[in-house]
Amino acid sequence: SSSSSGLSSSSNSSSGGRSFRPAENGLLCLSFLVFFSRGFASHDVVSEKSSGTIQEDSHSQANSTAHKKTFPVLSFNYEHVRTPFEISLWILLALFMKLGFHIIPTVSHIVPESCLLIFVGLLVGGIIKATGEQPPVLDSNLFFLYLLPPIILDAGYFLPMRSFTENIGTILMFAVVGTLWNVFFIGGMMYAVCQIDAAELAHVDLLSCLLFGSIISAVDPVSVLAVFEEIHINELLHILVFGESLLNDAVTVVLYHLFKEFAHEQTITVTGAILGVISFFVVSLGGVMVGVIYGIVGAFTSRFTSYSRVIEPLFVFLYSYMAYLSAEIFHLSGIMSLIACGVIMRPYVEANISHKSYTTVKYFLKMWSSVSDTLIFIFLGVSTVAGPHTWNWIFVIFTVIFCLVSRVLGVIGLTAFINKFRIVKLTKKDQFIIAYGGLRGAIAFSLGFLLDNDEIKNLFLTAIITVIFFTVFVQGMTIRPLVELLAVKKKKESKESINEEIHTQFLDHLLTGIEDICGHYGHHHWKDKLNRFNKTYVKRWLIAGERSTEPQLISFYNKMELKQAMMMVESGSAAKLPTIVPARTAFSISKSREEEIRRLLRANLQKTRQRLRSYSRYELLNDPLEDNISEARFRKQREMERRMSHYLTVPANRQETPPVRKVFFQPEHKVYTYDDSESPRGRASPSCADDVSELKETPEKPDQSSTPRANRDAELKPKEQDDQGDQLKVSRCLSDPGPNPEDDEDSTFLP
Amino acid sequence: MGALQSLPGRPEYSDLAEKTGFSFEQIGVLHKRFKQLSHNEETLRRDHFNEIHDLAFNPIRAQIIEAFFDRRNFHQDGEGKVQEIGFEEFVVVMSHFRPPSDHMTEEQREKTRREKLRFLFNMHDTDNDGTITLEEYRHVVEELLSRSGTLEKETAKCIADAAMLEVASISVGHMLLDGFEIESRMTIRFLNMDTTTLCK
Repeated sequence: SSSSSGLSSSSNSSSGGRSFRPAENGLLCLSFLVFFSRGFASHDVVSEKSSGTIQEDSHSQANSTAHKKTFPVLSFNYEHVRTPFEISLWILLALFMKLGFHIIPTVSHIVPESCLLIFVGLLVGGIIKATGEQPPVLDSNLFFLYLLPPIILDAGYFLPMRSFTENIGTILMFAVVGTLWNVFFIGGMMYAVCQIDAAELAHVDLLSCLLFGSIISAVDPVSVLAVFEEIHINELLHILVFGESLLNDAVTVVLYHLFKEFAHEQTITVTGAILGVISFFVVSLGGVMVGVIYGIVGAFTSRFTSYSRVIEPLFVFLYSYMAYLSAEIFHLSGIMSLIACGVIMRPYVEANISHKSYTTVKYFLKMWSSVSDTLIFIFLGVSTVAGPHTWNWIFVIFTVIFCLVSRVLGVIGLTAFINKFRIVKLTKKDQFIIAYGGLRGAIAFSLGFLLDNDEIKNLFLTAIITVIFFTVFVQGMTIRPLVELLAVKKKKESKESINEEIHTQFLDHLLTGIEDICGHYGHHHWKDKLNRFNKTYVKRWLIAGERSTEPQLISFYNKMELKQAMMMVESGSAAKLPTIVPARTAFSISKSREEEIRRLLRANLQKTRQRLRSYSRYELLNDPLEDNISEARFRKQREMERRMSHYLTVPANRQETPPVRKVFFQPEHKVYTYDDSESPRGRASPSCADDVSELKETPEKPDQSSTPRANRDAELKPKEQDDQGDQLKVSRCLSDPGPNPEDDEDSTFLP
Repeated sequence: MGALQSLPGRPEYSDLAEKTGFSFEQIGVLHKRFKQLSHNEETLRRDHFNEIHDLAFNPIRAQIIEAFFDRRNFHQDGEGKVQEIGFEEFVVVMSHFRPPSDHMTEEQREKTRREKLRFLFNMHDTDNDGTITLEEYRHVVEELLSRSGTLEKETAKCIADAAMLEVASISVGHMLLDGFEIESRMTIRFLNMDTTTLCK
């Protein structure tokens, strides 16, 4: 059929796509689109005919047995596979769009992806409508049950816990109080607008307006993620807006149901209002509790999954999804449940599952959330074309205006209050970004779609879509240049380093100690208590084997070393490491001392390798690549000690830094892009045992005499003035970047 | 407020307040705590600190306590250690942890940052020679791991070595604390209200 030919032509073109210029690519994409949707539309038509013919066929089949007709070599039965086929086609469309945007670089710099996707949706919807078919609308069931959970899970699983907990007060204020303010302000003002005679909106009563307010006020996590991810804003602002968009789900759910009930009954009772408040607490805390329960069960299950590694990722996904669904059964906040489950589960599961499973979890989450995200925006565009609209200039325009105004007022007012309690105050620039980042999205649309069918619904839907378009297009497009213009702090480069980890822990303990000396139980005190509780009781239950007693610093260090080893294997290992230029040595140490140092370092590092290997519980067959990894580690270790000795022989302020290979690992919540195929797990295989026996263990002799002399060479005089101007930030060495420390920190429960 | 009248009078407070930036109420609270810790004596000694129950779980408690008795933290360019401290030194050491005030100029912020860094540095530099050696850094890592129940001296050494190597190759000086925003991270909230009765 035409669509399959369209598919094959496009696959040919995309494989040879590099030889095409971007414009031609765009044209091809578009033509493919036309074919595709044509084919799609014609499928519906064809299916009608084919269902007819099938019946005839089956009839004739029945007859054929009697009449001995020829055996049908090739028959056509579309109805059989219709639903999965169409679903796959839509997903393929989404994927091709995503691909297309990245092949054409110029557009994606100016316009955020979400805008382009909505635009594509509009096109597709328009085409479908032009062929006389009814375009599919974004079904709320489909949205809430299938499209939304992957995105939320992805966000929740990789939520940076440290910044989240540090700012939880602010986030809650924005989410709860801010949303409430928005609802009542917008609802009230729209009611006032409806009273204007010119608007002909007198039939819209207060309760409906409040209901409308509750739908439109909530900041949408999907849109926020889509836009904010591209502008790389600093961590604080990102977590504030994003956290707010997640936590306001509870408020939205409660208010929506509340006002729906009231609008139905046409009365507001005091008991109703009080019940509403109680309901809020039930919904949010209940949702969190459901998530916590599933999270703990999931963590406990992962303790035993060493017996069947291949299915490990599925446990993570299923438990989280069940948490979401269970919360939805009771009308609790599914989003909060999902987030809670992911957050609770993550530290324990990561300690238990194999490296491959961990990578699988990460990749699948990324993949699903990416597809969901794309589909949502496309469908939003299609639904815009599809749905019946009631356009009322006054209503729509005032809605947009009031949304903006209430957001700005809310943010300013709340910040003035919150800043009294914050150590790091929110500046005007921050406030602007927070206000500007209040994007609405598909959740508002779906909630609107769930309203009872009447004329008011169409009015509301039109206004909702307009607001969504406005926020996504106008605000989404302009936020990037505004961020540049206002010189808002960007996300700092991920320089994961063992130093930062050490200092973070040190600082935590120091501040806890000072608080204890001061005599008041503050933030650090409770965090410390929670960590200790986690370590003594919880970890023992939820983490298998000896990992349960591993201190955070060591697991962090091991993780880094692991990533380092994998990285070396991937890029062809030590062959690529440039030789170190021996710099001028101000101090020289004798050969024997160098040897001593070398041996000591080698022994020290070797012990970590051993420890690492002892955690190996991986039982699949040995790949040759795994041997490569241990081999690479061995080489790296030698390399490291060679470098160590060089560093120890030069003073701190060298003229030139050794040209260490530039590596850049994307932070953990982004996916790695390897040159070759996926690297296998880094944990050693039993075949490394012979490496161990090779290196003899140097006795731990008291090195007080020898090492201080060598150490003096290595002392670093911390200078007050900043010296690092010309030093390469990029010269990362062996404790090299892997994940972002903020992502990776959940080895303690509350880092 | 009646309790305040039995404490050293206003002029001393205002002196301290100016020097350290605390408010009167905060100094009052701190004084009360000081008296509680020192059992109403004039000076604090190390064993007074050792009595604080909550500190027992802290892996770096020895270093924290030492920091209070370190002359370098008294803002007077002193050196060496003392055996006991008075209230003034107590407050001065505490002032390192004050949150930065809103109306600070860039210069003041820089100064605060440097002070806090210097405090941290002094904590690491146990032999008072003005530099942090590999051995001292190893000691830090060992202390951090000491309370975790594993006496993995070798691993501690590894970690410290890797850390030193990293520093050596990237930059000199601040030990990678530049991106750390230390002026806001190394702070605790000082209360204006007295809650010492709630704690041991």
